[in-house]
Amino acid sequence: MTLSTHEFRGEAQDKTTALRRPVGTVSGFAARIASLDLRGAIVPVGALALLELFVRMGWVSPYVLPPPSDLYTTFLYLAEGPLWTNIGASALRVLIGFAFGSLLAIVVGSIVGLWYSAERYLEPSFQALRAVPSLAWVPLLMIWFGIGETSKIVLIAKSAFFPVYLSLFSGIRNVDRKLVEVGEMYRQPLPVLVWRILIPASLPHLFTGLRYGLSLAWLSVVAAELLAASEGIGYMLSDGRELSRPDLVLIAIICLAILGKISDSLFKLIEDRCLSWRDSYSTAIGGRPA
Amino acid sequence: MSLLDIDVREKAFGKTIVLHDIKLSLENGQAAVLLGPSGCGKSTLLRIAAGLDKQFSGSVSVKTGHDGNAKSPPVAFVFQEPRLMPWLTVAQNIGFADGGKFDTARVNGLIADVGLTGHAATLPKALSGGMAQRVAIARALYTEPRILLLDEPFSAVDAFTRMKLQDLVLKLVEQRGISFLLVTHDIDEALYLGDRIYMMGAGDGGIQHDLSVDVARPRDRRAARLAELKSDVLTALQAAHVI
Ligand SMILES: Nc1ncnc2c1ncn2[C@@H]1O[C@H](COP(=O)(O)OP(=O)(O)O)[C@@H](O)[C@H]1O
Ligand SMILES: [Mg+2]
Repeated sequence: MTLSTHEFRGEAQDKTTALRRPVGTVSGFAARIASLDLRGAIVPVGALALLELFVRMGWVSPYVLPPPSDLYTTFLYLAEGPLWTNIGASALRVLIGFAFGSLLAIVVGSIVGLWYSAERYLEPSFQALRAVPSLAWVPLLMIWFGIGETSKIVLIAKSAFFPVYLSLFSGIRNVDRKLVEVGEMYRQPLPVLVWRILIPASLPHLFTGLRYGLSLAWLSVVAAELLAASEGIGYMLSDGRELSRPDLVLIAIICLAILGKISDSLFKLIEDRCLSWRDSYSTAIGGRPA
Repeated sequence: MSLLDIDVREKAFGKTIVLHDIKLSLENGQAAVLLGPSGCGKSTLLRIAAGLDKQFSGSVSVKTGHDGNAKSPPVAFVFQEPRLMPWLTVAQNIGFADGGKFDTARVNGLIADVGLTGHAATLPKALSGGMAQRVAIARALYTEPRILLLDEPFSAVDAFTRMKLQDLVLKLVEQRGISFLLVTHDIDEALYLGDRIYMMGAGDGGIQHDLSVDVARPRDRRAARLAELKSDVLTALQAAHVI
């Protein structure tokens, strides 16, 4: 029901804007700006203002915590040079590692999810491997692949693998038997059942895993770059530490926060598009201002 | 040979025997109703008839159509819950048997037949319980079955919707010459829909009693004969210690 009222409202809005086309564009833009939800910005902006105040009052040394105005100057300086290269390098590593890791996880997760004897063979080993922290692999990866790109990407792929694998596995196992029975009623063979019922039904689980895997991929890119890299956000961090420049470190941290948020929001957007059929609490409150 | 012959010698879940020595047959054009208390094994019997449960001793034989079309099974099932795929629209759910390349004309015809015109592109989350069950009925009819098995299909909807859905199923089944076996625990529903009523006892009591409903169609829910038969049914159920 909510869907149909929504669509109806959308139509009505389209009609009114169409009627006011000549002046509508400007007022439409203003309305969109006004409708932006800025409540999420209150905490970070407030924290920055307080920080600036503390440093200006001399309560905190600028060598410990540079004031936001200094950070801005550093940012402008970096923005002309290495910042974008570093961001690009890290983002590319995350993208490639995450793509490899999650694709492999989707393949393995489907097999283990669908095939009970594969679970008997593989699941105990996976559980043991999962218990090993990602960073413990770093020395071995460096011995095997050197300190170049390969070891970083393997580390990122490995971090992204487990959340995606686990969520898909449990997603397939939790598919409502009643829906599968509908397919069985039509004598549909297993591949058809998988494609038409099991995959769509486990998509919500899979997306949760993909988003978590993506956040772990960002985590490991920093770890990998902190250890050995000549570019990337993790390199900026270690550079800042070596030069005793907290402003560099802080800029890198802010970049990570922003990049993580952007990539997660992009994913959320895809998820909402793919899963608009869901009738859950989160979709029910999604359209309503809280 | 009848259209559908069910002969279950024994069906057990672990050590509990649920069904024991049950013979039931469905004739061409017949409306059979299986009436019994909750937990007596009605759903289990129907799932066996549908071929969804093969762990039993006994046999189920379905007379296949003269064309012997192997692709579309001659039996369709309407479950107690609508069991629609939440990610598919109404039209896609109705044509589910054929996946993405379903017969649009047939689906649109069915949408009109079950009274959901204009809802072809609606997602299940926007349907009421009664509407969802209409879609489930249309989905069962899409494969053009000769036999329809219905497991308490109207038990989750309100009394008014239930009566409307009963009339809808009767009309659609009559138009298409489909025979059906319906499971219910509602005596009035059994009498209104069935040509023949099989009563099951509690436990593994099997079929205790059966009776023919000698009332012409279309039936009037207020008919005196139905009230008489209802008292017969109640007597039989009392004798079988169901109530
Ligand atoms: N999958 C199952 N595993 C174990 N016991 C079951 C299962 N399905 C049904 N039963 C048992 O079989 C009996 C009959 O169930 P069911 O056929 O669903 O009854 P009805 O549909 O008449 O209410 C019940 O006692 C129930 O507990
Ligand atoms: Mg039941």
